[in-house]
Amino acid sequence: MATEEKKPVLEIKNLVTKFYTADGIVNAVDNVSYNVHEGEIVGVVGESGSGKSVTALSVMRLIPWPPGKIENGQAILNGEDMITMDEEDVLKVRGADIAMIFQEPMTSLNPVLSIGQQLSEAVEAHLGMSKEEGWARAAELLELVGIPDGANRLHDYPHQFSGGMRQRVMIAMGLSCEPRLLIADEPTTALDVTIQAQILELIQRLNKELGTAVIIITHNLGVVARYADWVNVMYAGRIIESGPADVIYSNPRHPYTLGLLASVPRLDSDRGDKLEPIEGMPPDLMNLPGGCPFRPRCKFSVDKCATEYPPMEQVEGETNHHKACWVDVTTATARE
Amino acid sequence: MTTATENILEVNNLKMWFPVNSRGIIPKHIGNIKAVDDVTFSVKRGETLGVVGESGCGKTTVGRSIMQVYDVTGGEVVFEGQDLTQLKAKQMRSMRRRMQMIFQDPYSSLNPRMTAGNIIGEPIQIHGLAESKKDYADQVEELLRVVGLNPYMRDRYPHEFSGGQRQRIGIARSLAVRPSLIIADEPVSALDVSIQAQVINLLQDLQEQFSLTYMFIAHDLSVVRHISDRIAVMYLGHIVELADRDELYENPMHPYTRALLSAVPIPDPVIERTRERIVLEGDLPSPTDPPPGCVFKTRCPSPSDDCLHGTDTMHLIEPKPGHFVDACCINCG
Repeated sequence: MATEEKKPVLEIKNLVTKFYTADGIVNAVDNVSYNVHEGEIVGVVGESGSGKSVTALSVMRLIPWPPGKIENGQAILNGEDMITMDEEDVLKVRGADIAMIFQEPMTSLNPVLSIGQQLSEAVEAHLGMSKEEGWARAAELLELVGIPDGANRLHDYPHQFSGGMRQRVMIAMGLSCEPRLLIADEPTTALDVTIQAQILELIQRLNKELGTAVIIITHNLGVVARYADWVNVMYAGRIIESGPADVIYSNPRHPYTLGLLASVPRLDSDRGDKLEPIEGMPPDLMNLPGGCPFRPRCKFSVDKCATEYPPMEQVEGETNHHKACWVDVTTATARE
Repeated sequence: MTTATENILEVNNLKMWFPVNSRGIIPKHIGNIKAVDDVTFSVKRGETLGVVGESGCGKTTVGRSIMQVYDVTGGEVVFEGQDLTQLKAKQMRSMRRRMQMIFQDPYSSLNPRMTAGNIIGEPIQIHGLAESKKDYADQVEELLRVVGLNPYMRDRYPHEFSGGQRQRIGIARSLAVRPSLIIADEPVSALDVSIQAQVINLLQDLQEQFSLTYMFIAHDLSVVRHISDRIAVMYLGHIVELADRDELYENPMHPYTRALLSAVPIPDPVIERTRERIVLEGDLPSPTDPPPGCVFKTRCPSPSDDCLHGTDTMHLIEPKPGHFVDACCINCG
């Protein structure tokens, strides 16, 4: 996908977010920069603790202080920086221009408000609609996300909906003011396989029909392969590789990306292929080792990795593809 | 491994219905949740039987019913020639030595107030498998080593371990009594991607080392395909298809199996672009009130006449040797 000519909807620059806990400082997001362009689906992949959600929550200004604090960086949305914006202005932008849906559709809806009340709240607040207009819009939204007979379900409460339907309601809520960017944080992790497919197809359809840019945050490499145009791989609070989805999967250049792809069983792999796990454990974000945080688990590491963090650099010959690694994995030999 | 034909476990017409009672001072029995309804299958010695399905399909209940965690509603569970449903509690206790379970959540399945060593050693003590204190300590140490943990970790408590390590402790505990059958219920789904592969490889190594038979219950079809020899697909309390792993993936006969397979994305954008996707409409019906006849007909993309109008209860037929599929669904589009 030619993202070059498209305008960025969101530009995240040098974001740093830390959590000051009783046990120490957690470096959750460490100098993260990435862009999301119009109409694009960006996949952010990483394991728990890699900082993929905290980056999004920082952009949404949903990091609670204490213990969390955005220490540095910008998140430019519509020419305005979300990070330095007044709390009041954030309220105007959040839900209107940028919306977020969460992993747990069970806990992110208010159990004591009807679906109609929750859906109409945003359009009444942001678009100045009357109550009637708001409820009409809510019914429309339910139809849009594939809940048939929407108008008659507005008086229902969340517990009357199944998990998949609640996630549809969350998506309807996110899209209610036609935001330019929708952030979906593990939108299907809590759902069953066939319901997962329904929700992801829905997000993709809305991306195509409404042109809403989407960030999908997930640990599932398959989901990203199926839906994302662009992929950012995160590890220990940083982006360690980024590029168009096709390139990342066909030509991964960071040892961690390589390791991830080799460690997941695939539906189409040959019989008896042994999985190649990444040995060791993700690092402790309170005590990051010096140099590259992936070094203790890396099969390719060289001396330099212990002392200097590799910067994100363009992969030779590929304009859109960047990686943060001192080693060229195409020529280096892996240790056993 | 799969050439052995002796069945270590035979499950015949297993039913596990949970009663639903009305509220009030005098509760009345008003219905049943048919979590498992007339399920028949067997597990061969040394193989891995995968059981897949979505939440509420009854896969976990099948596993627990085999372990006799519940008093089953009906059917037989024949393990190494003995029908477990007929055994008294005391007899069952000694049988449990030969079959063990590994659980999904490594956080809640380990007692937080016991050390790793005591958790692993408890079954050895209960079943009296150690000849002396030294023998006991040696066994615990060996088990830790076998699952890839360092023996010095024996005195640590569960919270001091990561999720992957805790799952290793759970595996060591199940191995402590030298079982022949291990029922693993979603053993890797709570773990991070890179750690999943470590635990899957460990399970495969242990199977070879100790000639274990596995029943591997999971919702992730990629993982199940990787580890299983044969696979049973469950839907709403029934097995709808059961076949050898390659046969099932290459030639799925049930529309639900086809939908499940197509719903799993492959981590390769080039392949994904051309793959057929079958997206099922709607949600799983309630197991308290399953549709009469074919339970899948409410979500089937093109149900056959048999499914729509037949009232026969679900039953498997064997159109190809070793490949079982629900009788009415074989004609679905």
